[in-house]
This record gives sequence, structure tokens and C-alpha cells, in this order.
Amino acid sequence: MSADNEEHGKFIDEHSGEESTGHEWDGIAELNTPMPRWWLGIMYASIIWSIIYVILMPGIPLLNGYTKGTLGFSDRARVTKAVEKMHAERSVFSQKLIGANLETIQSDPDLLRFAMAQGKSLFGDNCETCHGASGRGFPGYPNLNDDIWLWGGSYADIRQTINYGIRADHDDTRLSLMAAYGRDEIFSRTEIGALTDYVINLSTPSDKPNTLGTTLFAENCTSCHGDLGKGTRENGAPDLTDQDWLYGGRRETIQATIFNGRKGLMPNWNERLSQDQIAALSVYVHSLGGGE
Amino acid sequence: MSENSTTKSIVNNYGIFPIILITLIGFVWAVLAAARGDDPVIAPHAYMFMFAFALAIFALVYGLTTNKFVNNPYEYDDSVIRAGIIATIFWGIAGMLVGVIIASQLAFPKFLYFENLPWTNFGRMRPLHTSGVIFGFCGNALIATSFYIVQRTCRTRLAGGLWPWFVFWGYNLFLVIAGTGYLMGITESREYAEPEWYADIWLTIVWVTYLMVFMMTLVKRKERHIYVANWFLLSFIVTIAMLHLVNNLSMPVSFLGAKSYSAFSGVQDAMTQWWYGHNAVGFFLTTGFLGMMYYFIPKRAERPIWSYKLSIVHFWTVIFIYIWAGPHHLHFTALPQWTQTMGMVFSIMLWMPSWGGMINGLMTISGAWDKFRTDPVLRILVISVAFYGMATFEGPLMAIRYVNALSHYTDWTIGHVHAGALGWNGMITFGAIYCMVPWLWKKKEMYSMRLVEWHFWLALIGISFYIAAMWISGIMQGVMWRTYNDLGFLEYSFIETVMAMKPFYMIRALGGFLYLCGMLVLTWNVYMTIKGKGEALSLNEDEPFARKPDPATGLALAPTLVAGE
Amino acid sequence: MSKLHDFMEKRSFALLFGILAVVSVGGLVEIAPLFFIDSTIEEVDGMRPYSPLELAGRDVYVREGCYLCHSQMVRPLRDEIERYGHYSLAAESMYDHPFQWGSKRTGPDIARLGGKYSDEWHVLHLSDPRAVVPESVMPPYKFLLKNKINAERYTKHLIANRRVGVPYTDEMIKMAASDMKTQINPDADDFDGFMARYPKAVVRNFDGNADDITEMDALVAYLQMLGTLIDFNEYEATKGENER
Ligand code: HEC
Ligand code: HEC
Ligand code: HEC
Ligand code: HEM
Ligand code: HEM
Ligand SMILES: [Ca+2]
Ligand SMILES: [Ca+2]
Ligand SMILES: [Cu+2]
Repeated sequence: MSADNEEHGKFIDEHSGEESTGHEWDGIAELNTPMPRWWLGIMYASIIWSIIYVILMPGIPLLNGYTKGTLGFSDRARVTKAVEKMHAERSVFSQKLIGANLETIQSDPDLLRFAMAQGKSLFGDNCETCHGASGRGFPGYPNLNDDIWLWGGSYADIRQTINYGIRADHDDTRLSLMAAYGRDEIFSRTEIGALTDYVINLSTPSDKPNTLGTTLFAENCTSCHGDLGKGTRENGAPDLTDQDWLYGGRRETIQATIFNGRKGLMPNWNERLSQDQIAALSVYVHSLGGGE
Repeated sequence: MSENSTTKSIVNNYGIFPIILITLIGFVWAVLAAARGDDPVIAPHAYMFMFAFALAIFALVYGLTTNKFVNNPYEYDDSVIRAGIIATIFWGIAGMLVGVIIASQLAFPKFLYFENLPWTNFGRMRPLHTSGVIFGFCGNALIATSFYIVQRTCRTRLAGGLWPWFVFWGYNLFLVIAGTGYLMGITESREYAEPEWYADIWLTIVWVTYLMVFMMTLVKRKERHIYVANWFLLSFIVTIAMLHLVNNLSMPVSFLGAKSYSAFSGVQDAMTQWWYGHNAVGFFLTTGFLGMMYYFIPKRAERPIWSYKLSIVHFWTVIFIYIWAGPHHLHFTALPQWTQTMGMVFSIMLWMPSWGGMINGLMTISGAWDKFRTDPVLRILVISVAFYGMATFEGPLMAIRYVNALSHYTDWTIGHVHAGALGWNGMITFGAIYCMVPWLWKKKEMYSMRLVEWHFWLALIGISFYIAAMWISGIMQGVMWRTYNDLGFLEYSFIETVMAMKPFYMIRALGGFLYLCGMLVLTWNVYMTIKGKGEALSLNEDEPFARKPDPATGLALAPTLVAGE
Repeated sequence: MSKLHDFMEKRSFALLFGILAVVSVGGLVEIAPLFFIDSTIEEVDGMRPYSPLELAGRDVYVREGCYLCHSQMVRPLRDEIERYGHYSLAAESMYDHPFQWGSKRTGPDIARLGGKYSDEWHVLHLSDPRAVVPESVMPPYKFLLKNKINAERYTKHLIANRRVGVPYTDEMIKMAASDMKTQINPDADDFDGFMARYPKAVVRNFDGNADDITEMDALVAYLQMLGTLIDFNEYEATKGENER
């Protein structure tokens, strides 16, 4: 097609007053309107800004390395500083927390407030997943609001538990394992049935005689659960005479515990959290309701 | 051929034998995989391939022996476009329905998860949604409209005889394999490129064919200049081919099994994936759809394109700059910071080039504002361009590292995605369907313009619910994650932020449901139009829409034209 | 400029190659250097390939689409470091084919999950998330307890990983099936050999079913090792090239 033909197709658009290019496809023509100046302006501005930014910041890849930017900025350096600053701001209270006992903490309102705030914050992301919202517990995961404690509810006990966990992967962890009396064929089905009856009887007494259960319990279970079945804290063995159950009070559940044993695992937090954080958590858990 | 002007129909069999060959090779692989498959999930796919290929071979041989493949080189090839529109609608309903389901799962997890039905889980359904809408709905729309546009603006029939049909069926076979794969847990986990290696290879074959059909149609065009819509469409097709090839490099565990491990690892893998992921947006959902816009808006408004210069500058800048912006998906990650800087500055430089398309679209309509009021189809097209402008303003904003520190990982991203997806891609596709259906099925109008009006409002209200809910929840989520109490400790636990999302998840599900209802209204309207009900009266061939080259001379319209190159 | 365009606008192949040239630049400049700039991946001690069971668990993780809700990328931002732990390093995903950094946090980041919870909790939570976290929106994965993994067939997966660059030794590949069985059985004969090949691996009967290797075993084994390989007490975060 010659230039003439293109000239031929040209027209002036009535609406805008712009001239067309003279091309047409399937009835679609094209105007030759100049580009909007504001549009070009912003585009050039964004290009200039970009060049400046690339000069200031780490930006251009080189053969082995990259331009570091004239500001010498680095995310990692910045956040390392921010975290250091955070630790510095907290350090006075944190140091106090690590060394202090509960009385000292409670007698210093600022320190207490600090510990509680930190404890609450940590509890939400680390503990609530197992112990439930505000520590209300789930089957197998003890309620931390009541005054029933497996391993002890004093500040020191709690701190010890959080630090090293229960049956966790740490040398100092709290350890006691109830045998799987049925699965490991220590007792027969009948014997386990009798023991189950006996355990139920401890909290909901009835008059049915259960000599088998009584002897078996006395010989095998009292070492941990105590002579009266009231539990012992050295072994983390729960009180079986109350209505509060770690795993639930239904017959099948109790029978399952005796048959299979349980190995509730509470992780040790001393590797994940720092000592001041664990102290703060202990203060917080202690305050939840049942602290001794 | 033109000498024998009485023969309107010409038997055109070229290209059938390679199709048969490809199909046969695929068939043999499928038989092997079905018989000696290396994992349990490959068998269903092997049978699907076998079934599809057997059907194809049968159809090809049958068609060949009975001389069914007859066509007229002087007519546009519209049958494959009609099929494409129906496929678009099918995948639109399917993909959006799954979207509503997964949105509801997040709102009502208690009722919508089934512990023994793995395939109903969020993690398996979500890729079905994203692929269903992006590749199923948008992809079919792109193939159909590109075939429509390239023929009309080049004034020539699609190249390749039966190959456009190969593209159509091959692509939809890929979609079925991809979608059923996700439900069975077959995925590479690369967002928007999840299908496994064998589906990827199949798509490569289909896509290269698509590129060739499109290219060869351009080559034999009867217009001297290539129309702007075709620049965009070509850049979409060829760039997607490049992205797809690189991002899907992986090592199968066995050539008769589904699983593969990606060729790259860690940082390099992340960068390759988001180079792909971002440009899937850039070229599939942006330049492809700009191609659509550059045809349907001037056509429907009956106005010339506003600025040729703007077209040129924004075309080249968009495609050059887009490629660089991928690292904005990896801000503050372990990707080296220099790369993030690149991603950020190029995203910001992308703002105006992107807006070039919006300006050209909106200014093209200026001068036809009266139609904007009276023609709901034009209104849908215009709104889509407005949403495009919104999404491409929000995008550069979110690409600023400190904004992204807040928005990344949150629902804000999801809101941004759907402003683009529902507002821009969805709406313009609806507009294009409303334009093309009467043109293709030779009807005067759609069955009901009132229903179009209804669709417009359902979609608009649906989008508004969706993106408003996601903005609020996204920003809230981002802020809650980093809120400190007065003593400098984190205020909210993660689960508290999950709880705070609940009402917004419900509003989002409702918004999506409304949008889906709009899609159903469209379906009904299209169905009735095709059946010729309501205003959808048949047109006789001589109406202006049916302009086509003169069968006698092969030349049409402007008699002075010669072939393109 | 507009002359050049005018030229291409009339020649379809010129347009095609013009487009290809223009869209190739960005990727080349941004991706290629990541393969050869040394500081891209930090030098650290402790990274090792996944044990066969962990790899199988990772495959389940990918298959179920966990990455669509969970990120594995702690960003260098103060709040994330407080919530999740040390920011993630590039080195930590150097054997990840594909990477699993994620792009959405419907659930929390799990890059440092290893050792945080008990196996029992994971099994319970994965089987029925709302039984332990009532507000959770996570799907249940009870079926993982039933799906068994065939240890013998997993050798091929290690080989495929080696082909894309993961340094599995001949011994690791030879012992793959046995290692998978060892990892769910602390009393297994080859315990020491296994630990030598995969230091810091957790060996436990993860799902409580000692007879079979289930997908639950594999997934929990994977979750329990996340973020545990590098000892951050020994990592020099402020060393020049680590501050990138
Ligand atoms: C993996 C789940 C899990 C997580 C996470 C967890 N715990 Fe525990 N916790 C347990 C289990 C199980 C027990 C009971 C163990 C037993 O059966 O003796 C327990 C017991 C305790 C006890 C002892 C209760 C008693 O009656 O003696 C305290 C105190 C405690 N947890 C505090 C915490 C704190 C504080 C955190 C967060 C830093 C936490 N737990 C995180 C599972 C968990
Ligand atoms: C080695 C110490 C030990 C011995 C011996 C022992 N137990 Fe236990 N028992 C425990 C511990 C510790 C728990 C807490 C569960 C856990 O997390 O492992 C427990 C829990 C229980 C429970 C569940 C309580 C609840 O609240 O759900 C029952 C029931 C029980 N034991 C019964 C018995 C009976 C019956 C015997 C004897 C046959 C017995 N135990 C012997 C340590 C012991
Ligand atoms: C629909 C989104 C979703 C999917 C899919 C999902 N999760 Fe979750 N996930 C969550 C949410 C929300 C939470 C927080 C509440 C909770 O603990 O259940 C969570 C919590 C978790 C946690 C506890 C993390 C912590 O530090 O407290 C683990 C572990 C986990 N998911 C693993 C997985 C695995 C493995 C998969 C895939 C098999 C998966 N998730 C799939 C949403 C999801
Ligand atoms: C100038 C143009 C645009 C820029 C600079 C841009 C930028 C961004 C940014 C910064 C993100 C967030 C990444 C993250 O934090 O994870 C994002 C996500 C996304 N955008 Fe855009 N955007 C643009 C236009 C669009 C358009 C028009 C669409 C059309 C639908 C779109 C679709 C998406 C999608 C699907 C995602 C989600 C990716 C994912 O994480 O899975 N964007 N975009
Ligand atoms: C009926 C309407 C729709 C509904 C209800 C819907 C719902 C959803 C939901 C719930 C998600 C997951 C978000 C999350 O993980 O939190 C999602 C993701 C996504 N949807 Fe939709 N959607 C709809 C339509 C569409 C359409 C039409 C498109 C594209 C054209 C689209 C593209 C996407 C993309 C790209 C993502 C992934 C975003 C990301 O990973 O960042 N959606 N959608
Ligand atoms: Ca793929
Ligand atoms: Ca995403
Ligand atoms: Cu992007």
C-alpha cells in the first residue's frame, strides 16, 4: 500500500478534533492523539525516582556480587538492631525476672505488670494451642486455671515444668511412665475391668465389693497414685478420687488409660524461649487461678 | 483456486497427519502408564488421555475418509470460536462455583470439611478454583476472542485448517487433566503452574500450536499494518510459552508416574516461580485481555482508538517492564535484597504504562457517552477498564516494600487479585461474550438486555462485597500481627487474628455467590440467544456484522489491498 | 523509535522477535545472577538432605496444598521474629525442590515448627483441627492415618532429587528403604547408621501405629524437623555477607 492510500483514509474526528492515522481494521480507525502530558510526566518521574532508589539501595547484580547502595542499607542489619534495641529496652526488667522469686515479683507492681504482659503474649502463640484459650485445657492437656496440679502449682514447680517439660526430649525433664497394663499383657482383661471399676469407685463410691480391684490397685498403683488414690506429685500421677479428669471420666476412657498407659508430652521450652520469657510465663500461669 | 469461483467449499486436509501422529504417541504413552504406572494416581489420567486420544483418532480417521473436513478459505473460521465461548462459560461456572465453595469453607469450616474425603479439602480445591477461572474461564475466553479478533483485523481465515480445533480440544483436555489432578493431589505446588510434568508437556505442544496458528494468520493477513490488539495478543501467547517452559522444568521420578521434583531449589526456585507467577498475571491476565479490550471497546462504542502513539509507547513499556516485577512477590524473604529492589522499582515504573491501556480504553469511549447510558454491554466493558485501572494502581502500591511488609501473606493480596480478576478479567470477558454471541450466531441482539443489566448489577455488587471485605480483613490482619501493647509485647495471638476474619469470610462468600449468580444469568441469556428467543432475531447474511471477504475474489472491502508482507 | 515500531507493525516475524527480545531481558538480569553470586546462599553448618521419611512427608505436604495456607518464611521483621523465631535463611531451603515459602498465611508460619509440639498433638490436630483449636479453619486430614507408604518405592524419589542436585550419597540411596523404616522405630538395628546419615533427625513412632509407615508418620516427621537443622547460636547474623 502506498503512502497515498494512508493519506486517503485519514479523517478528522468530529468529537475530539484529532486527526486519524488513516489505518482501519474491521471498521476500527485510529486517532493520532498525542500522549497525555501528565501521563508522560509521571512516567518519567517514576523512572527518575527508580534510578535514585537503585543507587541508594542494594540494587544492581554484578559478576559476583551486587551494588550495595550508597546508604548501606540491609533488612537483616536493621532488624538485628531492632531486636537488640528491644532486648535493651526490656533488659532491666528481664534481668530482674530471671533472678527474682515470686514474692519479689509480686511486690514490684511494674515488674509484675511487665511479667504478666509478656507471659500473656507468649502464652497465646505457644501454649494455647495445647492448653486451650486462656489455659482452660482439653482432654489430655491439663487445665491451668484450676488448683489441681499434676506436678505442682508453686512458681518454682511451674517454672521447672515449662523449662524442661514433661516426658520431653531433655535430660532434666519430668519423667514418669505409667505402664500399658493391657497392651503389654501385664494384666488380663478381667483384671483391667476390675481396676477400672475400682478407679471409678474412688470418685463415685458405690457399695459393690471389688476385692480383685482393691488388691491389684494396692499392689500396683499406689506407688504413684498414693495409698488413697489421691495422686502424688513426684510422679505427676493425677488424683483419682476427684471429679477432675485429665483424659475424661467415661468408663472407656479410664479403661483405655489403664490398658495403654498415657504419655502426655509437654515440650521443654528452654531451647525455644529465653529464661526471662519462661519466668514471665511462669508468673502468668501461676496467676491464672490455681497458683500455690 | 479463485479461478474456480463456483467451488465454495474446499477440502483442506493439510495438518491432519501430524495431529494423528501426536495423538498416537500420546496414546502409546497413556497405554504404558495405565498398564505399568508407577503410582496409583497416574492410572486415571492415563485412561483419560487414552480415551481422549482414541476419540480423536477415530474422529480424524472418520472425518478424513468421509471428506468431512471441508471449509471455505474465503470465510472466517467461526465454529471453533463458538465452541470456545461455550467452554468459557462452562469453566466460568465451574471455577467460580469452586471459589464460592472454598470461600464458604473458610467461613464455615465445621460444616464444609469432610475428614474422609481428601479431595474436598481446601488445599486441593483451591488450585481447582484458580486454574478453573484463570486457565479455564480466562484461557478459553482468550483463545476464542484472539481467534475472533485476529481473523477480523487481518481479514483472513484462521491459518492451519484443523489445527485451531487441535488447540481448542488440546487445551481443554489439559484443563481436565489439571483439574482432576488437583483433586487427586497431583500438583507441583507452583502457583498457577501446578500441573505435573506430563500435563505440562501436553500444554507445551498445544501452546506452540496456538502460537503457530496465530502467527501464520498474521502472516497471511490482508491488512498492511498489524492491529494493536494483535500486538498484545501475540506478546501474550509467545511470552506465556517462554514462561511456561522455564518454570516447569522438573525431573519426573518415573516416566510412567505422576510425581516430579522441580529443577531448581530454594531461592532460585522461588525467583523462577514468581517470575512466572507475576507474568502469568502480566501476560495472561493483562496483555491478553488488553488485546481483547482494543477490539471490543472501539467496536462496541463505534469509536476510533483514541491514541495510536499511546498504544505504541504503552505496549512496549508494559511488556518490557512487567517481566522485571516478579520479585515483589518475595519482598523481605530470603531472596537477596538487590533482587527485591529491582522488583519494587520496576513495579512502580509499571504504573503509568499499565494506565496507558486504561486511558486509551476510556478515552476511546469518550464521545460515545450516550451509549454508555443506554447500552449495558458497553457499560460492562467500561467498568472492567476502570477495575483494571484500580488493580494496576493498587499493585504498584503493594509492591512498595513497606506496604508489602503489611499486605504480604494477608487477605489484602486476595482482595487485590479479585479486584483484577472479577472486575477486569471477568467483566471484560462478559462484555466480549455479549458482543460476540449475537455476532457469531447471527442474531440481532442478545435475548434480553434487561438480563444483561441484571448481570451488571449482580456482578458489581458481588465485587464490591468481595473486595471491601478483603481490604478490611487484610489490613486488619496485617495490623493485628504486628500490634504491640503498651509494654512492647505482641498484643494478639495468631488464632485471635483467625477469629477476627470470620465475618469478612462470610461477606466474601456472599459477594462471590452474587457474582456467580450473575454468571448464571449470562448463561441463561446466551442459551436463549442461541435458541433465537426474545430480541435475538436472526439476521440475514448481509447485515454489516457479517462482512466478510468476497468469496469470488478473495478480496473484500477496500479493493486496493494487497497481502500483508 | 516510532520508525522501528512502524517497521515491526508491518512484519509479523519482526514483531514476534522484537517482543521476544524485549521480554527476555528482565528474567535474564534477575534470575541468572542468583545462580552464581556466592552470597545468595549463606554458608551455614547443619543443612542436610531430607531423610526418606521426611521427604515423603514433604510430598504429602505439597500434595495436600498446605503451602496455600502456611508460609515457611520468617521475614526479617521484628514482630515475626518474636512470634516465630529467627528469620529464615536462603540456605534453609537449598535442598527444597520445590521451595515452599508460601504466599498466604491463613494459618501461622511453620518454618520453625520442629519440636514445638508433641507428635500426639500433631496427629490429633491434623486428624481434627477443631478438636484442639476450636476456632481453627484448617481442614481435617484423618485419612493420612490410613494411607500407607511403601518404603521400597521411595528410593526412586531420592534418585530423582539427586538428579536435580541434592547431594544424596550412594549409601543414602542404597539404604533409603531401610532408613525409612528405621525412622519410625527407635529400637531398629541401624539406628546409629541412620543418625550418622541424617544428623538431628527425629526417630519416633510418630502416629502411634508401629506396624505401618503411614503418611501421617511421614508428615509429622517432616513437621518435626522444620527449622531445626541450623543452630542459630552459632550463626553470625551480622557477618558482612550474611547481611544481604
Ligand atoms: C504439645 C502440647 C503442649 C504445649 C504446646 C504446651 N503444653 Fe503444657 N502440658 C502439655 C501436657 C500434655 C501436659 C501434661 C503432661 C502430663 O500428662 O503430665 C502439660 C502440662 C503443663 C503444666 C503442668 C500442669 C500441672 O498440672 O502440673 C504446665 C504448668 C504447663 N503445661 C504449662 C505450659 C506452658 C506455659 C506452655 C507454653 C509455653 C505449655 N504448657 C505448652 C502439653 C503442652
Ligand atoms: C509410674 C507411675 C504410675 C503408676 C504405677 C500408675 N500410674 Fe496411673 N497415671 C500416672 C501418670 C503420670 C498419669 C498422668 C497421665 C499421663 O499423662 O501419662 C496417670 C494417669 C492415670 C489415669 C487417668 C487420670 C485422668 O485424670 O484422666 C488413670 C485412670 C490411672 N492413671 C490409673 C492407674 C491405675 C489403675 C494404675 C495401676 C494399675 C496406675 N494408674 C498406675 C502414673 C502412674
Ligand atoms: C484452610 C487453611 C489451612 C490449610 C489448608 C492447612 N492449615 Fe494448618 N492451620 C490453619 C490455621 C487457621 C491454623 C491455626 C489454628 C490451628 O492451630 O488449627 C493452622 C495451624 C497449623 C499448625 C499449628 C501451627 C502452630 O505453630 O500453632 C500446624 C502444624 C499445621 N497447621 C499444619 C498443617 C499441615 C501439615 C497442613 C496440610 C496437610 C495444613 N496445616 C493445612 C489453616 C490451614
Ligand atoms: C501494575 C500492575 C500490578 C502490580 C505492580 C501488581 C503488584 C502485585 C503485588 C505487589 C502483589 C502482592 C504480592 C505478595 O505480597 O504476595 C500482587 C499479587 C497479585 N496480583 Fe497484582 N499487580 C498488578 C496488577 C494486577 C492485575 C491487573 C491482576 C489481574 C488479575 C493482578 C493479579 C494478581 C494476583 C493473582 C496476585 C496474587 C499472586 C499470589 O500471591 O498468588 N495484579 N500484585
Ligand atoms: C465467584 C467468584 C469467586 C470467589 C467466591 C472466589 C473465591 C476465592 C477464594 C476463597 C480464594 C482463596 C483465598 C485464600 O486463600 O484466602 C481465591 C483465590 C484466588 N482466586 Fe478467586 N474467587 C472467585 C472468582 C475468581 C475469578 C473470576 C478469578 C480469575 C479470573 C479468581 C482468581 C483467583 C486467584 C488468582 C486466586 C489466588 C490468589 C492468591 O493466591 O493470592 N477468582 N478465590
Ligand atoms: Ca507445572
Ligand atoms: Ca498465592
Ligand atoms: Cu505480581
